[in-house]
Amino acid sequence: MTRRSAPLGRLALGALGIAAVIGVWEAYKAVAPDTGVVIGGTTVLPRSSDIAMPHVWDMFSRLSDPVIGTIGDTMWQTVLDAGLFTLRIAAFGWIIGVVVGFALALVMQRFTIAEAAVLPWIVLSQTVPLIAIAPLVRRWGSQITIGGFEWQSEHSVAVIAAYLAFFPVAVGVLRGLKAPDATHVDLMHTYGIGWWRTLFSLRLPASVPFLLPALRLAAASAVIGTVVAEVSIGLRGGVGRLIIEYAQSASSDPAKPWAPIFAAIAVGLVAAAFVGLLGLALKPYRRSEIPA
Amino acid sequence: MSSAVEVRAVSRTFGGRKGASVTALESVDLSVAPGEFVSLIGPSGCGKSTLLRLIADLDTPTSGELSVFGKPARQARVDQDYGIAFQQAGLLPWKTVTGNIELPLALHGVGRSERKARVSELLELIGLTDFAGHYPDQLSGGMQQRVAIARALAESPKLLLMDEPFGALDEMTRERMQNELVRICAETQAAVVFVTHSIPEAVFLSDRVVVMSPRPGRITDVIDVSLGGPAERDDSLREDEAFFRGVAKVREALHGVPVAGARGVDTR
Repeated sequence: MTRRSAPLGRLALGALGIAAVIGVWEAYKAVAPDTGVVIGGTTVLPRSSDIAMPHVWDMFSRLSDPVIGTIGDTMWQTVLDAGLFTLRIAAFGWIIGVVVGFALALVMQRFTIAEAAVLPWIVLSQTVPLIAIAPLVRRWGSQITIGGFEWQSEHSVAVIAAYLAFFPVAVGVLRGLKAPDATHVDLMHTYGIGWWRTLFSLRLPASVPFLLPALRLAAASAVIGTVVAEVSIGLRGGVGRLIIEYAQSASSDPAKPWAPIFAAIAVGLVAAAFVGLLGLALKPYRRSEIPA
Repeated sequence: MSSAVEVRAVSRTFGGRKGASVTALESVDLSVAPGEFVSLIGPSGCGKSTLLRLIADLDTPTSGELSVFGKPARQARVDQDYGIAFQQAGLLPWKTVTGNIELPLALHGVGRSERKARVSELLELIGLTDFAGHYPDQLSGGMQQRVAIARALAESPKLLLMDEPFGALDEMTRERMQNELVRICAETQAAVVFVTHSIPEAVFLSDRVVVMSPRPGRITDVIDVSLGGPAERDDSLREDEAFFRGVAKVREALHGVPVAGARGVDTR
């Protein structure tokens, strides 16, 4: 028995997971009545008609048909373009979020008073509903023109994605910067090196195990933030807009709304994979010392 | 020649909330000669670790004077006049054995080739040459602690400060580490201030054992044990009459009364 399964084995497990979801979907569809299960006027189990739950193969075959009618761009091309558009904005938002989160964590680690002053606001910031701040960000942004730079709606979307993404980074990195043992901190003090060099030779490397989950959370948040903000700001071109648009044809073309959902999933997977690659690059810093 | 450590009437009071304060150390005097091995022993809360931290300038005394090689403790720290080892090995998990040992050298800008030469010397000294490329999590507790000692010796300090470095090790490993420390000290000629809970450990290693008592932390007795040069300090010494006498003396000093049946050796 190996402790870590081979890459092929893990790939097979992943495929098995997807197959299981498809299996459950289709099995329910085959067994459950079209009208669902209703007890005393309350729907206990959902409807399984082709409109409510299209076959998985219909969802996929719909991808190769044109978006409307019989001519024009195919569905997969359209959602791929939208996915790339959303991914670009989400990546932009993620980067802003990571930079801001990191900066906040550094300031909070350096100055205890900053932690007391800022941390509650950081937590509070996440309780504000996105749809409430989206129009605000857009309005403020529209007043910004710096030189040749003009604020676009997609900038607002990126800012909102960053607004979600910075939170796990700030909290995770702060935790990570505080992770070194007292022994390690004492040792650096005996070496007579200052805060900055302690940061680079001790605190940053020690924060990596906390940083990676934070970056992954931030990536997921950035994607969700982008999709939701696209909807609330009304930005065309991304997955969010397509989800709203295609939902309207749910009854006439039930497989259609699933296409942008797949695109959103794909964007999320790409984002997660990117953070996974970062994790590989930072692997040496993920070792832990077994207590003596 | 100035002494390695000179402590004059040093007190350390920790201020608690609402004016309640704890006196960790009260007017302590201590002098450690160059090359001398001095153990600090006493029950928890007697301030032995506090005293060590004061010498290391990890803490500052409330009153009194403290000098290391004739300089203020702070200057001695900045000049890297001492090496230090703690109860936890405190190795950086992301660095190899080599990387950990050369850490102080790298931080102080010593060149690559010089570092390499020094590390291989130290690896030989601690007998871990074959483990140069290993990571701390691949080493046993005793090996980690040996690496920590090598790191403390990296800059060839003339003073070694050790805060219960073998406290977390099992008894067998502990005795082996003690034998090695005797040898290392003989080779490096460094003075050592060694904090421990263990009477036999203190007696086996030390030229002098400083006995401390708590509330308030102070030195109650200093016992000369000098059991001979490093050549005579091997496992047979642990069964020697002189060793048992030393243990009995330290124990009496700790308990304040003569202890009947001095032959029984408490392992801690």
